[in-house]
Amino acid sequence: MRFRKLKDIVASRLMLSATVFSALLVVFIAVGLFLKSRPIFAIQSLNKLLFSSSWHPLNGEFGLYPFLMGTLWVTVVAMVIAIPLCLLTSIYLAEYAPRKVRGVVKPMIDLLAGIPSVVYGLFGILLIVPLTKSIAPVFGYTTNGYNVLSGGIVLAIMVFPVIISISSEVIETVPYSMREASLALGATKWQATKLVVMRSALPGLIAAIILGFARAFGETMAVLMVVGNVAQVPSSVFDPAYPLPALIANNYGEMMSIPQYDSALLFAALVLLVVVFLFSVGARIILARVERRYQVG
Amino acid sequence: MDRRKLEEGFFKVLMIAATLVVVGSLLALFLVVLLKGAPALSLSMITQTPQGGYYLGKGGGILNAILGSLCLAAGATILALLLALPVALFLQKEYIGRSRFATVTRLSLDVLWGVPSIVYGVFGFIIMVYLGIRASLLGGIIVLTLLELPIMVRAIDEVLRRVPQELKDESYAIGATRLETTTRVVLRQILPGAVTAILLAFGRGIGDAASILFTTGYTDRLPHSLLDPVASLPLAVFFQIGTPFPEVQQRAYASAVILLVIVLLLSIISRLLVRKFTKYVIR
Amino acid sequence: MTLFKPYISVKGLNVYYGNCQALENITVDIPEKQITVIIGPSGCGKTTLLKCLNRMIDLTEGVKLSGQVWVDGVDIYNNKAVDATQIRRKMGLLSQRPFPLPMSIYENVAYGLKLNGLKDKKKVDLVVKHYLNLVGLWEEVKHRLKAPASTLSAGQQQRLCLARGLAVEPEAILGDEPTSALDPMSAQNIEKTFLELKKTYTIVVVTHILRQARRLADYVVFLYLGRIVEHGPAASIFENPKQPETQAYIRGEIS
Repeated sequence: MRFRKLKDIVASRLMLSATVFSALLVVFIAVGLFLKSRPIFAIQSLNKLLFSSSWHPLNGEFGLYPFLMGTLWVTVVAMVIAIPLCLLTSIYLAEYAPRKVRGVVKPMIDLLAGIPSVVYGLFGILLIVPLTKSIAPVFGYTTNGYNVLSGGIVLAIMVFPVIISISSEVIETVPYSMREASLALGATKWQATKLVVMRSALPGLIAAIILGFARAFGETMAVLMVVGNVAQVPSSVFDPAYPLPALIANNYGEMMSIPQYDSALLFAALVLLVVVFLFSVGARIILARVERRYQVG
Repeated sequence: MDRRKLEEGFFKVLMIAATLVVVGSLLALFLVVLLKGAPALSLSMITQTPQGGYYLGKGGGILNAILGSLCLAAGATILALLLALPVALFLQKEYIGRSRFATVTRLSLDVLWGVPSIVYGVFGFIIMVYLGIRASLLGGIIVLTLLELPIMVRAIDEVLRRVPQELKDESYAIGATRLETTTRVVLRQILPGAVTAILLAFGRGIGDAASILFTTGYTDRLPHSLLDPVASLPLAVFFQIGTPFPEVQQRAYASAVILLVIVLLLSIISRLLVRKFTKYVIR
Repeated sequence: MTLFKPYISVKGLNVYYGNCQALENITVDIPEKQITVIIGPSGCGKTTLLKCLNRMIDLTEGVKLSGQVWVDGVDIYNNKAVDATQIRRKMGLLSQRPFPLPMSIYENVAYGLKLNGLKDKKKVDLVVKHYLNLVGLWEEVKHRLKAPASTLSAGQQQRLCLARGLAVEPEAILGDEPTSALDPMSAQNIEKTFLELKKTYTIVVVTHILRQARRLADYVVFLYLGRIVEHGPAASIFENPKQPETQAYIRGEIS
């Protein structure tokens, strides 16, 4: 009996160490990136790093502003496309879709989540790039197809599964009694959904969107392959852009040869980490509040 | 009255349209990639290595990338499982409790889950430089392990949360310790879900490009040593898609198709295995 | 004054869930080798009291406990040498909803045995057969011992859980509304088994079904709003309740 107790204690100590290590991993990554990006501050202030548009590594100028804006443009376009589509789909799947449809569509969305980003990129090159190239003249622009819009569309599709899966779950967890109360008063199903269910699910939906945004912000390969990679702040969706992750991915080769280049890129990675951190924490706080509300009620 | 019905009808149409767009984009992706890539697939494509250089060379196949990816993903998934399983099990209430530590740990695992793979790649690169390892199979496995870890922990944790406390209480009531309850009861109960989690992480590991970009290198050769660079399917697509040579481009398309096929297969195998392992699970 | 040998002695037990007091100053002796039934309206602490007897209350969060529970001469809460898992082995627990373990029928019964190190397959087979027989399941399952336990009906599952609990040879059996999730036939079956088992085991059953209490009880404890209002031999409680709350409950006025 004592031996069984001993095994239990040893096992739980091992599990604790594994957990502590995993919990500290974020810290290790943050510290590592921070230490390695420190040298850049010797030659350029934080202000210039973040807000200057001149990116000339050979001259020691590392203004990340165009890349930050590029990331922002592509991500915002992706969210503008994704949010309405995902919300409508989630409501449909959670409230209206017949079981058979749900049974077919949900696995398909899960499948979307598993597709590698380079395949998305390839899809983008084969279909989306020609698409934007041909519709640009309708709006009075010309483009070779490698632009913010292409990046945004591809990114939107990549983000669908994240937002839809969390959103449908949130909507499904709204207790049936809420809908019942509304329907009993004579509301149509849509009114019940619009006025009661959505209001109740709102925080969870916001969390889903935040997580989708975070995922889009850091996505590298697919966007890189279709967005043009020109280091300028875009002025329209038909302009090319150069998102931050693409910058890092494209230039790791030159990193070692030009002084401070690696620090600058590692700082870019640190920026990505911080943004994702803030968004993840924010979403988690909202979701925790949602959980708590249903436990008390 | 009519206006409400109209509004409902309007939104219903909108919702179905949205769902069709979402589903349609999946179908479009499969269609486009398969149409372009299927002709590139041949027996020689999957059984040979590239002849004469992966970017500028002609002919040959992608065996190097196929085997390389399998080695990378298998190695990383095994290592990640060894670490993720104890962590996920420790997140159960009887171990970690409701302390501050529990909240902080869950939060940091959430953040890890959201970290872009390029950041893992960069971090992996820093570690490798520090340890003196060059871009290699080992480097790729290390980075992919870190990438797969939070995915596996979260997936297994979600299954663990659905294990009814009463079930565990039954085991404790007989006088079992936490370890015994976990290994003899809980693991059996979560087996199907755990299998899904493992396959999910494996799929992520085999398809990710940004993390292995700096850390694995690329080569025409088949994997032969932990310390040498190794080819991979995602990088096969990435490096070879922009080439001027059509034969090389074919290899890129073929790699993409293989990746899609792998993802599909994983999904199917996952469902089959779940059905097989659910025999003893308590509903 | 007690005329019996107590197997469990509760002295001054107070239990708090956070700020809410669930049990107040519980003092009662549970007689050995008899069926003690704890009755009372729902939500009054019956299950909490039961869980205190085998230290299952430890697994609930936010619980504060003071007082003593003596089991077979050992204070299970204030004695550092006491190991909760050993106490639980001494007492088999039958819960309200049958929860078979995710294994085969055979493995369910053998679970506790394997935990305690019994390796000889022939011995394990014998013990499994013995206890399945005891609860009246053997004939029904002997040809499919390897089948998953989840394929049994609820009544069969509850009997399986009983066999599982008995297989580790406890000294007492605790039942938390053990028949409320079962059909009448299976419920009757379980009650019959309890009446047989009391020759060998001390049995404590929580129930809200008065008629069941009448059928089973040798000793009755009436719990109301977290306090013991009255306790005594079944005959005197049912024929001659002294406290007004007890009288009201027996008459069916409060439930």
